[in-house]
Amino acid sequence: MGLSLELAGIYKTYNGHEILRDCSWVFEEGLTYALMGLNGTGKSTLLRICALLETPDQGRVSYLADQKPLAPDLELRRRLTLLLPGVGVFNTSVFNNVAYGLKIRSVKRREIEKRVMAILDVVGLAHKRRERALDLSTGQAKRLGLARAMVLEPEVILLDEPTASIDQENTEIIEGIIRKMKAEGKATIILVTHDPAQAARLGDKLLLIQDGRLLPG
Amino acid sequence: MDTIFQGFISAFKLMAALDPTLLQIIWLSLKVSGGALVLAILLGLPLGALLALKRLPLRGLILSVVNTGMGLPPVVVGLFVYLLLSRSGPLGFMELLYTPGAMIIAQFVLACPIVTSLSHTAIVNVNPIIRQAARVLGANPLQEALTVIREARYGIMTGGIAGLGRVTAEVGAVLMVGGNIAGYTRVMTTTIALETDKGNFDLAIALGVILLGLSLIINVALRAFQRLGRASSGVVLWD
Repeated sequence: MGLSLELAGIYKTYNGHEILRDCSWVFEEGLTYALMGLNGTGKSTLLRICALLETPDQGRVSYLADQKPLAPDLELRRRLTLLLPGVGVFNTSVFNNVAYGLKIRSVKRREIEKRVMAILDVVGLAHKRRERALDLSTGQAKRLGLARAMVLEPEVILLDEPTASIDQENTEIIEGIIRKMKAEGKATIILVTHDPAQAARLGDKLLLIQDGRLLPG
Repeated sequence: MDTIFQGFISAFKLMAALDPTLLQIIWLSLKVSGGALVLAILLGLPLGALLALKRLPLRGLILSVVNTGMGLPPVVVGLFVYLLLSRSGPLGFMELLYTPGAMIIAQFVLACPIVTSLSHTAIVNVNPIIRQAARVLGANPLQEALTVIREARYGIMTGGIAGLGRVTAEVGAVLMVGGNIAGYTRVMTTTIALETDKGNFDLAIALGVILLGLSLIINVALRAFQRLGRASSGVVLWD
């Protein structure tokens, strides 16, 4: 059984400016949500709140399994992940970057090798496994970030503009990976994008942030 | 000029012959400076990391004290360590004065602020997104901190090498607390000072050349680590 996410009355203020205002939504398990809005409207902030990286000033973020709310502890954090817009590539090999989340979960070495190589094949970076991750192009780094998240088989994946500032070829590869995740239906996906066509292509449901409020698109 | 030339010839003869006195002095110097560096890393790295990663009370004041410590005059350190370890001092019961242990303590006091400060700088300069990336991939607070420290590894190594450079070239503090006892606390720098006083330039020049060589190696290592920090090569599949 996977996770669903409930936001109830989320408020967030930065430097006296109210970014999020009474945001409430129930994200159903296994669906893909495309979240749109103008720059600075709080999409990334909302995603970071969902990822438990930030706490709202008011309101409640609840993850539920079998309708039961879960405590926001390490165990829960390890069931979800966020692809940051800047990825945050570690200064080591491509392989080690993807293996990171598995290593810190004390997964066995043989299992790590198997899972990392399988996911690197999916994102088309298997041939670069020994290369330094910091030498990857922006598009490849985004694919690496996606691989790093996917290898953990999270139940909730939060994607903050995964195709921003990258070329068409990398965009198509990333969209293909997201489609594959959708088809498997194992994870709830929340995708922030500026591209309405992409939102329509990938999202089961469209959401909009306007004047700090979360609205159906 | 002739004295210097003759001195160099004699010095190279000593080195070529692997003179036991020379080797003993070099070995002790490496033991004392190496020991001081290990202690400085054991204390300085965690302290630098703590100052970089935690919002501690009085953090600014502690950093100011640490940064001031980077420029401590060796003779002042020698004086205070001497007072601490002298028979009437608070640590006099340990009977460490005029032993290699006292010299390690003095050099540790000199190296520790350098290691702490440069470790802090290296860690604090790691892009904050690295810590966030570690967290969203499921790291616990300790794993998060270790990930950030790992990203700062070349800067931290630079701190260690800079600390080693400081203590190997130091003479004042070890002379005061070690006493320059032949075969026991006599290291390269104190021997150079003593032999020069005596007009015996052969050993002094030999040690001077070795010290310069060591300094060169340290600087080459420092540059290598700084280059690695900018563009790491030799990436391994597993680490």
